[in-house]
Amino acid sequence: MLRYFFKRVGQMIPVLLIITLIVFLLVNVAGDPTANMLPLDATEEDHEILREAMGLNRPILVQYVDYLGDMLKGDFGTSYRYSLPALDLAMERIPASLKLAGTALLFALILAIPLGIFSAQFANSPFDIVISGVSVLGRAMPNFWVGIMLILLFAVKLKWFPVSGSTGAISLVLPALTLAIQSASQIIPLVRSNMLTIMNEDYIRTARSKGLRESAVVCIHAFKNALVPVVTIVALELPGLIGGALITETVFAWPGLGQFLIQAINNKDMSVVQVCIFLIACITLAANLLADLVYCLIDPRIRYE
Amino acid sequence: MKKNQVYCEKTHRVPRWLRSLWRSKTGLIGLLIVLTVTICAVFAPYIAPYSPSEMHPVDMLVPPFFSEGGSTRYLLGTDNLGYDILSRIIYGARVSLLIGVLSVVVAGVIGTLLGLLAGYYGGILDGIIMRITDAFHSIPRTLLALVAVVLMNGSLVTIIIVIGVTGWITYARLIRSEVLSLRQREFVKAAITIGTPDWQIITRHILPNVFSSFVVVSTLAVASSIIAETSLSFLGLGINPPDISWGFMLSIGRNYLSSHWWVATWPGIALTVTVLGIMFLGNWLRDYLDPHNQGL
Repeated sequence: MLRYFFKRVGQMIPVLLIITLIVFLLVNVAGDPTANMLPLDATEEDHEILREAMGLNRPILVQYVDYLGDMLKGDFGTSYRYSLPALDLAMERIPASLKLAGTALLFALILAIPLGIFSAQFANSPFDIVISGVSVLGRAMPNFWVGIMLILLFAVKLKWFPVSGSTGAISLVLPALTLAIQSASQIIPLVRSNMLTIMNEDYIRTARSKGLRESAVVCIHAFKNALVPVVTIVALELPGLIGGALITETVFAWPGLGQFLIQAINNKDMSVVQVCIFLIACITLAANLLADLVYCLIDPRIRYE
Repeated sequence: MKKNQVYCEKTHRVPRWLRSLWRSKTGLIGLLIVLTVTICAVFAPYIAPYSPSEMHPVDMLVPPFFSEGGSTRYLLGTDNLGYDILSRIIYGARVSLLIGVLSVVVAGVIGTLLGLLAGYYGGILDGIIMRITDAFHSIPRTLLALVAVVLMNGSLVTIIIVIGVTGWITYARLIRSEVLSLRQREFVKAAITIGTPDWQIITRHILPNVFSSFVVVSTLAVASSIIAETSLSFLGLGINPPDISWGFMLSIGRNYLSSHWWVATWPGIALTVTVLGIMFLGNWLRDYLDPHNQGL
């Protein structure tokens, strides 16, 4: 287990390096980092001087190595808009984003697990058909539109929740629900098909023949085993939650990393953009690692060598 | 036995794919939706009641015909500048389909090439390519596309390339795993043994066998490309006026939510129905092209 852990962490290092390379190349080759730093009437010479001063005239490889060196020292550059270290600015936003993603995941599981189990229990019943229809719909709707429709229904028409912003726990409900609807639509069919497979296993027949109540068979014997693959999908959903949160946070003006990042992209504040992408990628990688480890722990049959 | 023969003769005139499509109701619905959207895109000037750039300053924010104050002149109502929403949705299908399909071509070519290289040659090349897909996988696609579009000043072509380039990993992973299993098959081993050049093995023995999974993934990829484009346009960083995109229409509608629900509702429905249609069609194709279902 420990060996596996270190092996996986070791594999993450090249991936992290490639991520920094992608971000670096994107910002420095596809765009001109000085483009928005000078007033509009600046001459070409002014740009040249700035480039020289920022070391942008050196070979690209040298710049990249330099960038990596600074990163290892914890220096991710300065936001030219706020004149503050980009890393600090981004870190300030992470708690709000995690709160949103966590609540969304919680909502998704609360919705998806019972619905998935009931769908499997009553397979091919009208209930099952409606639920699978709804989950297909949930996958087809882009989440910013789901967000808009939720605002329209619950904030504008029914006035149950605020339209946007972050005024206490109540403003968390709609953005979290927006993200949860999409995740739940991915998780429901998975729980359903797992349950269907498991209900035909020998140990379920044994449990039934012992005379256990059906609810005990489902909740204790089947459910635990159906949960194993769900762990993976939850971890795989996390990048989707973060990616989806980019726009959802903007729709609901939720002060998280996503909204901050979109603003930074609009302002072409590239040091901030670089840090944010890097952080998001790290969170995703960590979630994937965690999923594999939890997988290992909860199912003793799975061993990675 | 005899009954069977009669049955076969009777259905012989109808091609197999059509019978399969008819049996799968969702597949049929999917095809109908995709056809409708395509027809709207191609024949937009003949179908749309108004030109998409025709403003009606007197009729701003008119509700849809069934609402109070609505008129049958504008079936789905008008937006804040008096544009007819129905006409703009019909024209919007053009951008969505164009970007959806072309960016999938870009993604398919890059992904297939890298997947073939990784799966066929293996070793260190495979390691490098797979680490690159891991890296791309850990950055949300919309995010990467957003940054790229902002830096390169998004025109239609840039957007197609950016959405394509950020979507190749699905192909690379799929093609690689298919190639890995094909390499173990006798016909590929035999071809290697008699000294067939690599490119011939790839083009004659491997590519035709990955084709069906390629088609299925491509169909579903069109749906996610369309969503990616609308996301960009919704944030005001993708398609901008005078070009018409459902995403941009949604971003306008968002500002009028409190009083004019229809502006944001219709483009979203158009988008959802289109994506749904493509997904249905893709799922049917997956079942249809699956060799285990050939007998049906």
